Amino acid sequence: MHKYANPAQFNRLADRLLPWIKGLLILTLSYGLYSSIFIAPEDYQQSATSRIMFIHVPSAWMSMLVYMVMATASFTALVWKHPLAYLGAKSAAPIGALFTAAALLTGALWGKPTWGTYWMWDGRMTSVLVLFFLYLGYMAIWSTMDDEEKAGKASSILALVGVINIPIIKFSVDWWNGLHQGASIMKAKGPSMPSEMWVTLFIMFFAFQFYFALMFLWRMKTEINAKKIAAYRQARIAEESR
Amino acid sequence: MTSPSLSYIFSMIFKRDTKLAWSQGGSGTLGLSFFLIASSLFPFGIGADPNLLQDVSVSIIWIMALLAGLLSLDRLYQVDFEDGTLEEMMISPIGVTGVIIAKSLAHWVNSIVPLILFAPLLGVLYFLPDQAFGALILSLLVGSPALSFIGSIGASLTLAVKRGGVLLALIILPLYIPTLIFGASVVKNAISGLDYYPELSILGAVTLVSMVIAPIASKAALKLALE
Repeated sequence: MHKYANPAQFNRLADRLLPWIKGLLILTLSYGLYSSIFIAPEDYQQSATSRIMFIHVPSAWMSMLVYMVMATASFTALVWKHPLAYLGAKSAAPIGALFTAAALLTGALWGKPTWGTYWMWDGRMTSVLVLFFLYLGYMAIWSTMDDEEKAGKASSILALVGVINIPIIKFSVDWWNGLHQGASIMKAKGPSMPSEMWVTLFIMFFAFQFYFALMFLWRMKTEINAKKIAAYRQARIAEESR
Repeated sequence: MTSPSLSYIFSMIFKRDTKLAWSQGGSGTLGLSFFLIASSLFPFGIGADPNLLQDVSVSIIWIMALLAGLLSLDRLYQVDFEDGTLEEMMISPIGVTGVIIAKSLAHWVNSIVPLILFAPLLGVLYFLPDQAFGALILSLLVGSPALSFIGSIGASLTLAVKRGGVLLALIILPLYIPTLIFGASVVKNAISGLDYYPELSILGAVTLVSMVIAPIASKAALKLALE
């Protein structure tokens, strides 16, 4: 695992991966968007508003997935002291916060025409809101602590404590019967919707994942380069003061 | 010379924190005053309609208890950290975990238990029905230790930050939500004459889980701050 601890090696790997990820993102996103608008059937009750689903559901999945990426990276950082893991968790957080905000926002826009309200304090929505707050707290630690090393460890601890919210989000629709509908895709008997619908959903999900991978690698590279510049500056200052 | 027993060290830390909390400028009286004054502001803001006040009473008492506890949290480790006492405590035979549990427990007893004692008074001011008083006290007793223990995580994480009070609130308040939900729902069930034991047991579970997780996370954070 420490093979890619060397930032230069990581950068080389990232540069090799990035064109592929970009290509796959363009492919899946363009087909996914086309399919969401023209191929997938409209819901028999909700007509065209059901198409919000193709943005909303993948965003919601990604909000949890990115949190798990962040928590895993934090765990790796704390336990094995992997030098890039801190940067990985730090780079993932704003993207996760963005997905969570997107899930909340599209949920509100979908809720108004179908449920008649933008927001309801039910288990699913509330726990996703908490997830958003956890992302904010995580990023706040990074931005308020001057010492990078300490900020990394402190935020990792918070990220791990917050993992407890993820199963709560997952099972909230089973535990509390609020407005939010129950599971309709990950069911034992298979998805309860036409195949064009869930295929589109999965393609959009992959598109969102490639988007995450792209942003993630970019942010990692930026973080590494920023560190390099900082190190270079310090060396310059040390040289000049000699 | 024989080293003092663990329970002796534990009780010394506990007593010391208690003395500090109730001495001049300590957090005990301040937190309690904040709890009473801030809670009595709501009727001025939302009007004196007894039915309305009764509806919101539980939530206000619970939220105010949570905020009053938060007030004293940033001093949980801060003062001892600054003058080096914390480091001394941590190398004592009781260990870091022992220090964390002693201090969190002292925070609960000094900053939150007084609020529980005064909660019935607020209940009267908010026209809480008679059958709900027991549930209010019970819910606070069962749920509020979680506030101190979860708070310990935030207090230790923000130790290395100058003026970390706002950051502390940002980190801790989301983690308080489960306690608040189940704590308030116990009393709401009692008001409408329903069985509240399921909610009470979940509330107890939240407290117990926080008592397990918080010392582990706080320990990592304290070691980090003292590095």
